[in-house]
Amino acid sequence: MAEGAVQQPAWVLLAYLIAGVCFILALRGLSSPESSRRGNWTGMIGMTIAVVTTLVIHQIASLPEIIGAMVIGGGIGLVTARKIQMTAMPQLVAAFHSLVGLAAVLVGAAAYLNPEAFGIGIRITPLATPSFVSIFPQSRIEMGLGVAIGAITFSGSVIAFLKLNGNMSGKPILLPLRHVINLGTLVAILALVAYFTQDEAPAIFFTIMGLSFAIGFLLIIPIGGADMPVVISMLNSYSGWAAAAMGFTLHNSAMIITGALVGSSGAILSYIMCRAMNRSFISVIAGGFGAVASGGDAAAIDRPYKRGSAEDAAFLMAQSDQVIIVPGYGMAVSQAQHALREMADLLKSKGVRVKYAIHPVAGRMPGHMNVLLAEANVPYDEVFELEDINSEFAQTDVAFVIGANDVTNPAAKSDKSSPIYGMPVLDVEKARTVLFVKRSMGGVGYAGVDNELFYRDNTMMLLSDAKKMVEEIVKNLG
Amino acid sequence: MDFISILSIFVLACFVGYYVVWSVTPALHTPLMSVTNAISSVIVVGALIASAAAGSMTSKWLGLVAVALASVNIFGGFAVTQRMLAMYKKKERPVAQGDKTHG
Repeated sequence: MAEGAVQQPAWVLLAYLIAGVCFILALRGLSSPESSRRGNWTGMIGMTIAVVTTLVIHQIASLPEIIGAMVIGGGIGLVTARKIQMTAMPQLVAAFHSLVGLAAVLVGAAAYLNPEAFGIGIRITPLATPSFVSIFPQSRIEMGLGVAIGAITFSGSVIAFLKLNGNMSGKPILLPLRHVINLGTLVAILALVAYFTQDEAPAIFFTIMGLSFAIGFLLIIPIGGADMPVVISMLNSYSGWAAAAMGFTLHNSAMIITGALVGSSGAILSYIMCRAMNRSFISVIAGGFGAVASGGDAAAIDRPYKRGSAEDAAFLMAQSDQVIIVPGYGMAVSQAQHALREMADLLKSKGVRVKYAIHPVAGRMPGHMNVLLAEANVPYDEVFELEDINSEFAQTDVAFVIGANDVTNPAAKSDKSSPIYGMPVLDVEKARTVLFVKRSMGGVGYAGVDNELFYRDNTMMLLSDAKKMVEEIVKNLG
Repeated sequence: MDFISILSIFVLACFVGYYVVWSVTPALHTPLMSVTNAISSVIVVGALIASAAAGSMTSKWLGLVAVALASVNIFGGFAVTQRMLAMYKKKERPVAQGDKTHG
């Protein structure tokens, strides 16, 4: 067979397979918090097996350089992982995605420049030229796709990072004719990958790379901040497919298994996020959500609402049997999770039952709120998902909404003209009293719609910074 | 390995991924993202091959940079996942339980 060069000893294939199985077990462990820590260790073992196997089977002439690169990279990674604030997790994940994408591009480029080392080319020596290594056409497709997906992952993640980190406005940026430009670029990339099998000239390869970097930027720029949970899951998925495509190129089962796992993981998360917003994946990717409906809210500010103080809130909650706390992105922004847990502890010491209700798209990435609450030492068995707790609001004295908005909007259930109609929401208005912590009355949620909840008889607005308000409530409770 | 064997592994792994990921509890979706991040850096295998090979200096240096990038992800990804997972605690557990090591 022509691909004899990639023939590897059986133990090597087996080692990569074991690494792949370790990665499956790492994800399997995440089915419950108890097993998750062991799962993470299994993942580390799998990675060690993959790296050591690779180092052993290749005659390494440049071991010091490789170790140097690993120490530098690993050091940066460890320090970042230790120092990063939990509220900055979405940015960190976006940054990590971009690195996977860039690494895939670099590996693809290295394989293109030195195909013999990867066993994907055959040396042909025509009389005219000194020597020339031709890459197998099949490997060219795999390589082209891997580099394209890697490049999209990289540039898309960079934009996602800038938006999440606040270096770039979270508002959608809409270019004219963007759908035409984007589709045209995608078609061009695919056509070039196909043409790459006929002509392996550097111009083709690097044009594929360049166009893919461009499309990554273009695809993410029009997507607004509230859709970031979908974007970040989607980029997660892409980073997996990039790894899988490289695995096809290198005939490496560990990479293929991992790529497939990560690819489907990201795809499922995107699906869960889209479902939680009642939006189609296509409409999220098309972007522009939240950029339009900004005219209607000015009139709404004049409507009467009840305003309460920290003292009122403390009094109401201390009298309750059950309080359900509904956190959202605003809690993360003002870092209110620790104060919130203090408040919950005081309430519990007064005999109040406290639970937390999490909407799947609360925050900027899947599970964002759960991590912040866990950081503040909130036991995870007090934290409930939407479908598990929604029926309880009717028997709840106080729903305490802090930094969430659209996910509590009753218009999603009743108002067919609302842009968020049909989105599953938390039924907070069914609680006897709703305490709604919000910076001011003027702002609207990301969907750009007014929230009917503010003007209800049983709603009391607590207008202040989330953390300050909770701290004041704590003072009043103490 | 021929293309069909590789494709079989890929397709089956997609199905495994599908079922395994649906069983992940929503509370752990953030750690899921960070750990998938770490494991997708198995792409370091390709980077190591590139940096180990003789023949092309450019290819070697591209490989070394890729090794460094993937290492950021591997070490950073697993470490930050570990840090997050250590925070998930059950109700009313005694605080000082020697919780440094996990079974």
